[in-house]
Amino acid sequence: MKFLGWFRSVAAKLFHRSRIVDDVEQELGSHIQHRADDLERSGLDRREAERLARIEFGGRERYKEESYQALGGNSIEILIHDVRFSLRLLRKSPGFTAAAILTLALAIGANAVVFGVLNALVLRPLNLPQEQSLYGIDRGGIGFESYPNYRDLRDRNHSFEDLAAYTMTLAGLDTGNDPSPVWGFEATGNYFDMLGVHPYLGRVFHASDEHGPNSAPYVVLNYSYWHVHFQDDRGVVGRIVLVNKHPFTIIGVTPPEFHGSMIFFAPSFYVPLVNQEQVQGESVLDARGNRRGIIEALGHLKPGVTTAQAVADLNAIGADLEKTYPKEDSKMVFTLARPGLGGDFLGAPIRAFVAGLMLLSVLILLAACANLGSLFGARAADRSREVALRLALGSSRRRILRQLLTEAMLISLGGGTVGLLGSLVLLRQLSVWQPFPRIPMTVPLSPDSKVYGVALALALVSGILFGIVPVRQVLKANPYEIIKAGAAARMGRRITFRDVLLAVQIAICAVLVTSSLVAVRGLVRSLHSNFGFDPQNVMLVNTDLNMAGYRGDRVLPMQKRMLEAMATIPGVKSVGLTDLPPLALDGHRMDIYSDKSTDLRPSNAAAQPFMFNVSPGYFEAAGTALISGRSFTWHDDKDAPRVAVINQDFARTIFGSVTNAMGAYFKLRDGTRVEVVGIVEDGKYFSLAEKQSPAMFLPIMQSPPSLLQSPSSFAWLVVRSNGDQQMLGAAIRSKLRELDEGLPAYISPWLTEMDAVLFAPRTATVALGVLGVLGAMLSITGIFGMAAYSVSKRMRELGIRMALGAQRKEVLQAALGRSIKLLALGSIAGLALGILASRVLAVIVYQATSRDPIVLAGVVLAMALLGLLATWIPAQRAMSIDPLRLLREE
Amino acid sequence: MTDQAQLLPGTLDLLILRAVSLGPLHGYGILLRIGQISGKALLIEQGALYPGLYRLERQGVLKASWGTSENNRRAKFYELTAAGRKRLREETKSWNRLAAAMGSALGAQPEEI
Repeated sequence: MKFLGWFRSVAAKLFHRSRIVDDVEQELGSHIQHRADDLERSGLDRREAERLARIEFGGRERYKEESYQALGGNSIEILIHDVRFSLRLLRKSPGFTAAAILTLALAIGANAVVFGVLNALVLRPLNLPQEQSLYGIDRGGIGFESYPNYRDLRDRNHSFEDLAAYTMTLAGLDTGNDPSPVWGFEATGNYFDMLGVHPYLGRVFHASDEHGPNSAPYVVLNYSYWHVHFQDDRGVVGRIVLVNKHPFTIIGVTPPEFHGSMIFFAPSFYVPLVNQEQVQGESVLDARGNRRGIIEALGHLKPGVTTAQAVADLNAIGADLEKTYPKEDSKMVFTLARPGLGGDFLGAPIRAFVAGLMLLSVLILLAACANLGSLFGARAADRSREVALRLALGSSRRRILRQLLTEAMLISLGGGTVGLLGSLVLLRQLSVWQPFPRIPMTVPLSPDSKVYGVALALALVSGILFGIVPVRQVLKANPYEIIKAGAAARMGRRITFRDVLLAVQIAICAVLVTSSLVAVRGLVRSLHSNFGFDPQNVMLVNTDLNMAGYRGDRVLPMQKRMLEAMATIPGVKSVGLTDLPPLALDGHRMDIYSDKSTDLRPSNAAAQPFMFNVSPGYFEAAGTALISGRSFTWHDDKDAPRVAVINQDFARTIFGSVTNAMGAYFKLRDGTRVEVVGIVEDGKYFSLAEKQSPAMFLPIMQSPPSLLQSPSSFAWLVVRSNGDQQMLGAAIRSKLRELDEGLPAYISPWLTEMDAVLFAPRTATVALGVLGVLGAMLSITGIFGMAAYSVSKRMRELGIRMALGAQRKEVLQAALGRSIKLLALGSIAGLALGILASRVLAVIVYQATSRDPIVLAGVVLAMALLGLLATWIPAQRAMSIDPLRLLREE
Repeated sequence: MTDQAQLLPGTLDLLILRAVSLGPLHGYGILLRIGQISGKALLIEQGALYPGLYRLERQGVLKASWGTSENNRRAKFYELTAAGRKRLREETKSWNRLAAAMGSALGAQPEEI
């Protein structure tokens, strides 16, 4: 109520401002008239009496001002006054205003975008009810867990209200016309109830729908899929669709704001996990050792249960499971993670990256503030005459500072508004961006009040930051000296605060330029590095025979027919098949044991190489060089001895050397002895930044029985040709149609598929590149401002020098020497810091190294060019000084 | 004029209250009244009166209304409110205590200690 009252009085004062002013004016006038009446009575004539009365009254303007203050309407009055005055001043120097607003808009815009991303990815992950108590379960950095382990955790814990789980699946969805591969979730029955999601249409499935394997053939559609594919047809509920040729009933549609429980990934449909066998053609629901059962288990903590209690609870269950199932379960140590990121699997790197980005963009803002601070300092120095005059006329220093700050605030708010508007556009574009062609990514970047708030706060803080730079100047100003000596009198040689600001700003910009160059170079190099395969001129065909109804023994012959069909396409040089291409950000790792080992527990494993199941001809098609031995033939089938091809790293770590490895044996988890028949070159298997790892290739005909099924129905055809890729794609599609009309397939060049792997380094490079450009622009405006200021300040001095016969070179040196020295100093400091910072970069961008002559030379060149560009106009101005005219004018 | 005393900070408010307590007055009238009751011993710059008046009005110890002065001019007349009368009593008391204390402290003779 107090606030309301205050507000009303302020509002009343604003609206009745003129009445108050009139009132005070009249009253003071009345006083003077009364006094004059008295003086007149004592014998003066009227005019003289009024003059004397006015003198006796004292500083009328000052008392008027103090009166307003006493009436409480003063701050608003002054503010309005200051804003008007500042706007007038800013309008008078449009160049300065535009430069300042643009600088700030860029800096605040960059911060708003980065914060928007941070907000969407880290701070506000899922948009689910009661999210603060929702946690995902993480084991060893990832959320993957086997289904039996999940069930034990769910049924035996005392900390969670309920635990639900889900996994991603790609299934052929046939809604009547064209069967197409669609991404969806297989979720536990309690999934929707645990999350508190209610259907938009129809119903969702519940725990009570689960009655053992394949008991719940229901599908729930995601709103956007329903909207696009069924055109909002409310009659879809109850319709039967085919999921991988199995009939499922559509029972409902989820609400529009629900996008599943993963942050980046929006499934198109949800099916019960118990129906996994129908959906995937295989089931891991009983495989306790298989951590691919679920991607993440998540649930709400019970009220009053702390995270530490929950972790202890889970670990007790984990320890018990380890004891009960020593063969399958090891390292059962759990932590709680933010939900929606597959445990901490995606969370940790994203957080690190976004935090790094945030840090850099705050640096940008600081650089912008330093920049504007020195500009404002220079401007205040230019205005020292005006300030001195105002001080001499009785204005208080507080009043002058207030006006300067108002000006800074106006600029910062202007810059903030422009920056925010720009960032809104950018964020909107980012949220509809689909970086991976095959996977439906969604990043809900819709900016909320938090983003607006941060932008506003940043604008205000930066306004204060650069606004206080001239404060000391004004406080120290001695009006008498300044007016006597003229504004240009003091041109000290000592290092000023402004110089330090400029050097700091240039250093920050040099850091940004260095990091962006390091990132770009790293990316270019990683694109040309040796992957252990050659993705040029190769088409990948991703098929899942299960989607077309091929299972068990029918899979392998069909795959063989596909390979043969591909080989008949003109221009095709070689064809192979693998269950997973390398560098797809996915990978199976499998424990292997030395031949002598008899204790085949996970803790006893000799190595954990990446495992690929490949067909004969794969190495030729993928372009992986065979170093010694042989590759597979169709005779390496179930009845033949088990064989493997390994990479050099495997040979070195397990057998000591390539020659020792040839013909040697190792053991798989189930005890099968496998003979090494060939060795291929090392490569990258999971991501570009990985360390060199062992890898083994097994023939698809012999896929080990511990896998889900043998052979895997999910496979990639690798087709190498020397023909036109576009034509090749069409030819592959028609060949597949000939084999089976209903087989869904993704066909794309291998280079395109690798986009996913290159996503992180590319994003990092683009982000750093943008920040680098921002930094460069800031250093240009900073150096330009400084140089232009120093030239304009020293016009007269330079004119005298020229009149006395100074050479152009000397004049330039005098005018710009300081700016250039600062530039050099700042650049060197920035370069050194940048080199340190790029060590961090090396984690994200493969082969990012700062110890690279091209990067170093690039930074030096870039900073020199920036300096040249920024000092060009001031230099021109200095050169064109006409000493005669200048001296006459002053 | 040199024998006029400078006002101590804060005393102007008390003087205004005292002047107004003797009957409603306009601003110039308050100045005259202060001069009259203080024996013209206090130096007050005329304009300085007004910020003080407005402050007191805003605090609710004075209330003001426009009227016509003895010179037949429009003027704003001030009078004490109930709160004003109370304030005047309290501040007079505390001023007297202060003055007595200051007087006895400054008037003390060596033999009295």
